[in-house]
Amino acid sequence: MKSITRQKLPEEIEQQLQGFDRVYIAGCGTCATMTRTGGREEVLAMRERLQQLGKLVTGWIVIPTACDDMTQAAMEENNGAIRNAGCILVMSCALGVHRMSTCLARPVIPALDTLFIGIEDGSGCFQEACAQCGQCVLGETAGICPVTACHKGLLNGPCGGTNQGKCEVDSEKDCAWTIIHQRLTDQGRVDVMRRYHSARNYNIAPRPRMTRIV
Amino acid sequence: MPSRFRDALQSGRFVITSEIGPPKGTNIEKMLHHIDLLKDKVDALNVTDHQSSVMRFPSIGGCLSVVERGGEPILQVTCRDRNRLALQAELLFAHTRGVRNVLCLTGDAVVVGDHKEAKGVFDLDSAQLLKTIRQLESGTDLGGNDLDGAVEFCAGAIVTPEAHPIEPQLIKFEKKVEAGAEFFQTQAIYDLENFARFMEYARPFPVKILAGIILLVSARMAKYMNDNVPGVFVPQDLVDEMAAAPKGEALNKGIEIAGRMIATLKDESLCHGVHVMAIGKEEVVPDILKAAGLAG
Repeated sequence: MKSITRQKLPEEIEQQLQGFDRVYIAGCGTCATMTRTGGREEVLAMRERLQQLGKLVTGWIVIPTACDDMTQAAMEENNGAIRNAGCILVMSCALGVHRMSTCLARPVIPALDTLFIGIEDGSGCFQEACAQCGQCVLGETAGICPVTACHKGLLNGPCGGTNQGKCEVDSEKDCAWTIIHQRLTDQGRVDVMRRYHSARNYNIAPRPRMTRIV
Repeated sequence: MPSRFRDALQSGRFVITSEIGPPKGTNIEKMLHHIDLLKDKVDALNVTDHQSSVMRFPSIGGCLSVVERGGEPILQVTCRDRNRLALQAELLFAHTRGVRNVLCLTGDAVVVGDHKEAKGVFDLDSAQLLKTIRQLESGTDLGGNDLDGAVEFCAGAIVTPEAHPIEPQLIKFEKKVEAGAEFFQTQAIYDLENFARFMEYARPFPVKILAGIILLVSARMAKYMNDNVPGVFVPQDLVDEMAAAPKGEALNKGIEIAGRMIATLKDESLCHGVHVMAIGKEEVVPDILKAAGLAG
């Protein structure tokens, strides 16, 4: 499971860094390294870009896993360089950005957009498999999540926009319900698809979501 | 006041519906002209709901105009733009203003339209919307609360007889029937043999099926639909027939083909009626009906 990110456009990063002459850069050694959006190489490239913009990069780090609670210790070790900076430019997913913002008084600026939680499906190819909706239906959909893999998140079968097994919004993307139907047929349980699903309950895990394990 | 369209469906005669596309803007003159032109020539007039996800004057607004002018509207409702509160509210409002027919649709994806950055809602799907209508008719809303005054609608849905693969669509069709659909208007059909096979499957269900007829205006349009419109397949002989029409005669050829198909569907009792879509060319719908031998 990986948090899939994409670098923001240079103009947006530049705009967010307006007024900050001294910047500290933090990357992440886990997901953002794997997706090549915030690993060592990308952090060093960012350092060079910021220097070209006339910024002073007071230091940089690639935190092993930016979202976990060891991040605080990493930040404390680099306290000098961080205090010397006006802000921290974070090249991790939003979980890392959030983690850093809770342990630093300095402004934290994201350099990446977090797209989805995905799994690697062949080298370098990531896909979203779960939208964390709180009501898992995979047992009735042959392991393919229609909430995630159907563009409209439909629970009762395909829409009329599906064509030759592909999705209305992108002929490169599979129609989730065509695959679900095929797999249920292969499993000899296509009748499961005939079950009516009532409207989803969006109140199962209301936002802000949290849980406490006691 | 019961649904006149339901009476027509139950009469056993060949039923004709057509549709009106509301304008983008407040100039509704053309829409009113189309309503006046068609309201007495068909059993009911669909009014589209932001067709192809393009923002327009609303379906309910068009339906009110149909009612005011003495016609029988079918309110098209998609699940794309409203959550369950807004959908139920619209149904309550429609009922109070004399709208008695609803076509329940999932709705095209937002990104195929002209507001690509908008949020697609899809809080309900088409089967759930049909169930919602039946629940509102029973006097309670989706929250289980009592209504002070219930609705009553002739409710329908769509089906795509030429979809490939067809099996998942047929399961959805059956779920819509179970959810309360009384009638189906199909996606455009051109291959009557394939449609006859679909009707063999569909006929045992307790629903009325109106075959979708989209007017061809050129060979180019036929090819475009084959390449771009899911579930629409114009056979090569019809494409060739359109292409062979003399210059300036393609529209008349399209009218002739549509009329011929409708006449065959009726004469061979293949289905219960037709839904004629002359997207952008509503003024020729009477000519299509005349070509089909149905002008009254």
